[in-house]
Amino acid sequence: MELNETDRRLIGALRRGLPLVEHPYAALGAELGLDEGAVIARLQRFMERGLISRFGVVVDHAALGFDGNAMVVWDIPDADVEGVGRMFAGLSWVSLCYRRPRRLPHWRYNLFTMIHARQRAFVEDRVGVMTVLADSVVQASAILHTTRRFKQTAACYGTAPAAAGEA
Amino acid sequence: MDALDQRLLDEFQRDFGLTPRPYADIGARLGLDEAEVIDRLRRLTGAGAIRRIGPVFRPNRVGASTLAALAVPPDRLEEIAAVVGGYAEVNHNYAREHHLNLWFVVTAPDAGRVGEVLEEIARSTGLTPLDLPLERDFHVDLGFRLWN
Repeated sequence: MELNETDRRLIGALRRGLPLVEHPYAALGAELGLDEGAVIARLQRFMERGLISRFGVVVDHAALGFDGNAMVVWDIPDADVEGVGRMFAGLSWVSLCYRRPRRLPHWRYNLFTMIHARQRAFVEDRVGVMTVLADSVVQASAILHTTRRFKQTAACYGTAPAAAGEA
Repeated sequence: MDALDQRLLDEFQRDFGLTPRPYADIGARLGLDEAEVIDRLRRLTGAGAIRRIGPVFRPNRVGASTLAALAVPPDRLEEIAAVVGGYAEVNHNYAREHHLNLWFVVTAPDAGRVGEVLEEIARSTGLTPLDLPLERDFHVDLGFRLWN
């Protein structure tokens, strides 16, 4: 979907989150020169076109005690990675699952999973289960436990909205 | 945090109302009035439990993004993390246990800008980022249930 400048500004304004006021879409629109109905209609269009995977409360998992999270990476033969990826994606403890390129010789892994857990041991346990489930096709895997979060913000897909009074 | 706070965090991660008064709609489901929903959400945001309320965009539909990694000498981790995190386009920046110990996500309205950010980071740090763009997402959604 082609996004116009107003769409980009709306996306940029939402990076800070929906305002906590009675009419949040009207408040957003006031910054952008749109009325409430126009903001809602644009967001509905984004949803219908599949640009947005979800709209709602974005929690801080670490603040809620999910601090045993890890990126677990897998080296799966290219012929099998689609099937394994779909299977891993269906596991309740896998919060993200995607394929990325190998970068040999520095990086051999082509399948990435994120596991959010309250304890580190849980991650190791589940990786063991996944290794069994993927049976013979796992050539290697690695658990990259998160040790520090330096930054975590919303994605930067939009343009910064003009300050009040600017064009 | 009481049971209503937990429900606010757990049940409204998706299907949040695209209606004129979404907080009143939430209140109707939880038996709270609109002002109390807003107060609770404000308090949970202040406490760090909520990062924001809003959209999570699907990767590669709205703009461009990549996951990148650097092998940073341990004594330079703070310094390099600050350089990387200084970019508005960098939205995640984590230290992880691996030889490649700094992992970050670059998002921008277009692929050209993503490439520029990686090049600038390489120039200013003297370290070459491993560029691992998404090829296929099987499941990209952090809106999972927090409590059973």
